[in-house]
Amino acid sequence: MTDFTEDEIRAEVRAWLTANWDPDRGLVEWRNILIDSGWGVPHWPEAWHGRGLPVGMTPVVEEEFDKVGAVGVAKMGIRTLAAATILEHGADLHKQRFLRGILTGEETWCQLFSEPGSGSDLAGAVTRADFQGGKWIINGQKVWNTSAHHADFGLLLARTDWDAVKHQGLSYFLLDMRQPGVQVHQLRQMNGHASFNQVFFTDAEIEPEYRIGEVGEGWKVATTTLMHERRGADGVRRYATGSDRPGRIYEEERAEVATVMAPYVWYPQRTGRADLLIERAKAAGCWDDPAVRQEVAKALTLARTAEWTARRAREAQQMGRPQGPEGSIGKLAASIVARACAKAHTMIAGPDAMLTGEDDGAGGVVAEILVSTPAISIAGGTDEIQRNIISERILSMPKEPRHDTDRPFRDVPRNQVG
Amino acid sequence: MKFSFSEEQTEFRNMLRRFLNDRSPTTEVRRVMETEAGYDPEVWRMMAEELGVTAIHIPEAYGGAGFGVSELAIAAEEAGRALLPSPFFGSTVMAATAIAEAGTDAQKQALLPGIAGGGTIAALAAAEPGTGWNADAFTATASPAGGTWRLTGRKSYVLDGMAAGLVVAAARLPQGGLGLFSLPADSAGLTRQPLQSMDPTRRLAQMDFDGAEAELLGGPEAGAPAWARTLDIAAVCLAGEMVGGAERLREDALEYVSMRMQFGRSIASFQVTKHKAADMLLEVELAKAAAYYAAAAADGGDEEVDQPLPALASLAKATASDTYMQTAIHAVQMHGGIGFTHDNDTQLWFKRAKASEVFLGSAADHRERMLQHWNA
Repeated sequence: MTDFTEDEIRAEVRAWLTANWDPDRGLVEWRNILIDSGWGVPHWPEAWHGRGLPVGMTPVVEEEFDKVGAVGVAKMGIRTLAAATILEHGADLHKQRFLRGILTGEETWCQLFSEPGSGSDLAGAVTRADFQGGKWIINGQKVWNTSAHHADFGLLLARTDWDAVKHQGLSYFLLDMRQPGVQVHQLRQMNGHASFNQVFFTDAEIEPEYRIGEVGEGWKVATTTLMHERRGADGVRRYATGSDRPGRIYEEERAEVATVMAPYVWYPQRTGRADLLIERAKAAGCWDDPAVRQEVAKALTLARTAEWTARRAREAQQMGRPQGPEGSIGKLAASIVARACAKAHTMIAGPDAMLTGEDDGAGGVVAEILVSTPAISIAGGTDEIQRNIISERILSMPKEPRHDTDRPFRDVPRNQVG
Repeated sequence: MKFSFSEEQTEFRNMLRRFLNDRSPTTEVRRVMETEAGYDPEVWRMMAEELGVTAIHIPEAYGGAGFGVSELAIAAEEAGRALLPSPFFGSTVMAATAIAEAGTDAQKQALLPGIAGGGTIAALAAAEPGTGWNADAFTATASPAGGTWRLTGRKSYVLDGMAAGLVVAAARLPQGGLGLFSLPADSAGLTRQPLQSMDPTRRLAQMDFDGAEAELLGGPEAGAPAWARTLDIAAVCLAGEMVGGAERLREDALEYVSMRMQFGRSIASFQVTKHKAADMLLEVELAKAAAYYAAAAADGGDEEVDQPLPALASLAKATASDTYMQTAIHAVQMHGGIGFTHDNDTQLWFKRAKASEVFLGSAADHRERMLQHWNA
């Protein structure tokens, strides 16, 4: 399967597109045709909508799609994590039931991992799954669930054994979100956006066949999901055609993109927007203020050095050299960059930093930076967790003492959350 | 080269590190810093003749090895790591660069081979009391005198000024421009006096010019751009030297906390110590990235570099000096009481960090310079 040359693949894709691509089709109709051909996810197995090609060939196929403006399968959002997890750990039944709906975009997904009592400590989940009357009965609460308010299914990590040690008492389920026992409430953040949800389970039900992996092996499966979350789904670099062309299929795709991207509209602001500092200082008339200039220079320096450090890490990796410490500090660097930028933006704005929305003098962007940057040092691993990782894995310093892995989970001290 | 070193560069670094580990451990640094010369002439000779460190960036046409600023900065980084007391920075980095940038072909032929071979030690007398390295404010003057020039004024903070046999001096020309001049260190009308340097591994001198006869390097227009580029290259190399020193401080402090026991446990097991160590690593890595990027920019030829050298050199100097000082403060703190003693080596790097904080201008000065050249 892997002995096709790049040119042969390009030729085959081109011929197939010439015969089949039609922008006047509906999005789902087109994607079904695409899925049947195997060109939607060419690196997936042949048995499951793919062609078994090496991951490296997927960008080649995508280039050919781009050339004619052909729309691909649905590739954005949590559905990619669902697909990767199901492909790796799922039974045929799961693949049969879910993969096509993921690729057509007809069914959407959310991740149900974090809880009010376990953020950095994900494996401390206390949402319970009890096997009663031939079904799994779910009770508990999840939080920080992107897109849960319109998701059809959820990737659920829940505790099935309270006598096992922490990581061995978890199981992983594919949960139908459209049932009375599941209630979703949007969670409003300090920056006014509501990008996440809280999900409450009251005797929600899961049929036994929708457990994925063995009972007690949920953490292993969750690790797969988290790994894909960190690196983005393999071989999927192009998320949407990004086309502003007229035509039914493009309109439908744009609507899909808008829905999936809605939670992330403020994400650029959480980085601190170093790129706006100088133009803001000029616009605010304080570009000659030496104190402002010092803070702007510090923020620009941090932003640049963080970028160069990341490049050093990537280049070392590409050259097959052992990666130095520069590879593990990016997350922590991003927090420091964001704070330095927020500080400089505040100095530039002066009293206007008290204002928000249209009154902030920059169409709301500055105000949004000031109240969004705190997210970056928390989301995806807090600064404190990053410092533990750096000191333990890179600097080989002693690990934190643990009081949760040497006893049954029910004896582990934990938060009292309803 | 911006983001990774070639195998040759890495081999050059490893060779220097082995040599300095062998020939300039801290016991030697402590011995040499108490001597009048302030450096070990035998180590200097070996560095020049066996390792070619004095010739790195001098063009082959003038007796040099014809490498770039990146290689020069690697040498500075290793020297900074070892805290090597030597005239390398004053002579090779500063004076040779000034001559190479300003001199005519004949002047370069006359002056550079001696520096490249290590037999001549040169020093660059530019900064003045009250002006620092801000050339616009230099007050020393040069007057034409029958085909030659006479210099008058006071220069200070001259690195390796007492060790030098050859002096390059910056002085104001009658029309107000900046000239770079060369003269032998024992010229009549030039009085040199050692300054009491807080960092005993980095010797500074004051020079008083009272009508000393000197030769103008290049023409009257050559001085200002040559000075600007010399300051850029010196800032890049100083950034390299500083990240070398900072990394050594970080490593030594980590080794110490990993060994030290208190309250029945390693102090490296305290989260407050771990997090400090993680922050130190982050800061040093960011400063290294800046130093390496600026060095590559100084060598030119890379379209991807989107900022001019003065902006990047000053960025690197500012961030490296802040990082070096902060790392030194953390390193003393992590050693606790022993870190404040004379016998503990941390204080040696602390003093170099302090001196480097202001040498060639403060971090604040360089951040301002960075923005003046920034391509927004």
